Amino acid sequence: MSKIIKYIIIDLLRNKIVIGYTIFLLILSASIFNLGADSSKGILSLLNIVLIFVPLVSIIFSTIYLYNSSEFIELMLTQPLKRKTILLSEFAGVSSALLLGVFIGVGIPVIVFDGSNAGWWLIIAALFLTIIFVALAFWASVATRDKSKGIGISILLWFYFALIYDGLVLFILFSFSDYPLEKPMLAMCALNPIDLARIAILLKLDVSALMGYTGAVFQQFFGSSEGVLFVVCALIIWAVLPCWRAFTLFNKKDM
Amino acid sequence: MRTFFIILFLIFADISFASVIHVGKNEAYNSIHAALQKANTGDTIFINEGIYAEGEIKITKSVKLIGKNFPVIDGRNKSQVISVYVNHVLIEGFKIINGGYSSVYDWAGIKLVQCDSCIIRNNILINNNFGIYLQASANCIIANNKISSNNPDELLSGNAIHCWKSSYITIKNNDVSGHRDGIYFEFVINSLIQNNYSHNNVRYGLHFMFSHNNSFIKNIFQKNPSGIAVMYSHGVTMLYNRFEQNWGSAAYGILMKDISDSRVQKNIFRNNTVAIHMEGSARMLVENNEFISNGWALEVQASCNDNIFKHNNFESNSFDVGTNGTMQLNTFTENYWDKYEGYDLNRDGIGDVPYRPVSMYSMVIEQSPPAVMLFRSFLVGILDKTEKVLPAVIPEGLKDDKPLMKKIPL
Repeated sequence: MSKIIKYIIIDLLRNKIVIGYTIFLLILSASIFNLGADSSKGILSLLNIVLIFVPLVSIIFSTIYLYNSSEFIELMLTQPLKRKTILLSEFAGVSSALLLGVFIGVGIPVIVFDGSNAGWWLIIAALFLTIIFVALAFWASVATRDKSKGIGISILLWFYFALIYDGLVLFILFSFSDYPLEKPMLAMCALNPIDLARIAILLKLDVSALMGYTGAVFQQFFGSSEGVLFVVCALIIWAVLPCWRAFTLFNKKDM
Repeated sequence: MRTFFIILFLIFADISFASVIHVGKNEAYNSIHAALQKANTGDTIFINEGIYAEGEIKITKSVKLIGKNFPVIDGRNKSQVISVYVNHVLIEGFKIINGGYSSVYDWAGIKLVQCDSCIIRNNILINNNFGIYLQASANCIIANNKISSNNPDELLSGNAIHCWKSSYITIKNNDVSGHRDGIYFEFVINSLIQNNYSHNNVRYGLHFMFSHNNSFIKNIFQKNPSGIAVMYSHGVTMLYNRFEQNWGSAAYGILMKDISDSRVQKNIFRNNTVAIHMEGSARMLVENNEFISNGWALEVQASCNDNIFKHNNFESNSFDVGTNGTMQLNTFTENYWDKYEGYDLNRDGIGDVPYRPVSMYSMVIEQSPPAVMLFRSFLVGILDKTEKVLPAVIPEGLKDDKPLMKKIPL
């Protein structure tokens, strides 16, 4: 298994897209921090990149990579190896390459220029979102044989989490505006890893004071150690669930 | 001629009877009480360095009390420290500490009751319930005092400078902190608050109600959990003040409720959650102010009318203007907005497209507060951009028709 992982990582580290992604993130974050004097403003600007761009690249790249290495996977399947091992190695390889990219591109500049509590949350969120969206990509590409359909599903998934879900939340808010929705909102943000990450980071920043009563309810919850545990558990579940789905599908899949 | 002589005589009479009394360890008197008993109207009492814990010192004669090297007057948390019941009293150079707390009376470090023409200056007040308390007084000057307390409880703590039903008061160069409200006015008219530094109080830096025709000039209000609240007054002048770091979920630079015919000019608002919150206010002139890095620069409720916002700079605020209705009866003109994206074809320095300072999202939050959950999300960014192009939700009337292209040098 470690041999396959090693092979995939070496293959990916030479991949132009991964290198480009890393360098792009690095230049972007370094320039954001160099532009403004206030590092918490820098964190806010980086927030959008981490929440939109990182998931997008993670999901699309992983989907395409998995389809492109279908021949390699078929070759591996002819060997006396468990299907689970093969897919797990693929997952470990792809996600660790992208994690490395995100860590170098976002993590190091944040640690160097900011290093605050919010900064650490930003890094954790970026790493988690990478794993989660790689997992979703695996699920999408294992579920369909057709490459274009798989990529379509991936883009839709990203679109759903980045945009459509928030639209639905807004719709629900207006439909049930007569009811106290602070507590249900907590549950609703757990249903979207991007929202969960965004709120967890925002509450660590000064701007949380703008969030009024709802913000105070969120602060009370996410500020407590149970809240932190809840966020981390929810993010782990978000990573494990699509992975597990991908594995069961892959085990039954007729190659 | 006769009146002149009478006046002359009276002046000299006053001077000739006034004497100087010294209080201290090696002086004629060693307690302030004893000296006050012997003193006549117009006398000057010098008090040497030392600690004087004599219970409440009641001043019922017009005297000048002057401390040398800040003698300590200790209330020992039992009583009021100094109270004044007559006109023309001077209290200068004391360190007044540990005034008591009473749930029935408002005990203070220095209390003036129905006094005229008194001066309280250069004192240090530490840990008193109320600091300096003016009750139904007029023409008094409170200057250069340093008033602080460390009572964190909003209910048990008093105000640093508290004025009730007074007029023509001057409050100058004071440093007030750690009290419930830094400066508190109720039914006070025609007064001046200048060059004061009100910071780190428990509630408001400045709080006033039913107080008309007062001026606030060159004060600094910093880090007060609720900022400043001005209510139910007219003819208020606020010039050259600085409102900074009033940051928190309930903090305002200024909260204005039912204020009318007033001026807010040349002030600087920096890092406040809400720089100005306006409710039921009318005919205000908000001009030449700087709004920098606030959460909301302005929150103008729909109950405000005929206010003019002119020549202000708005920079790096999360939201420029928030409101709660579509009706708008205020004028925004010739302001500089850093978020303005229009153009200026004829190069006259005024943008050719009106600027709409209210974002779609701020309207959404106003209608449905839990929508802050979507703060800074991708969706909100897109909604704001679309709304800028095709306004549908934001108030049609709330716009700056002459947005400036360049920052106004202030």
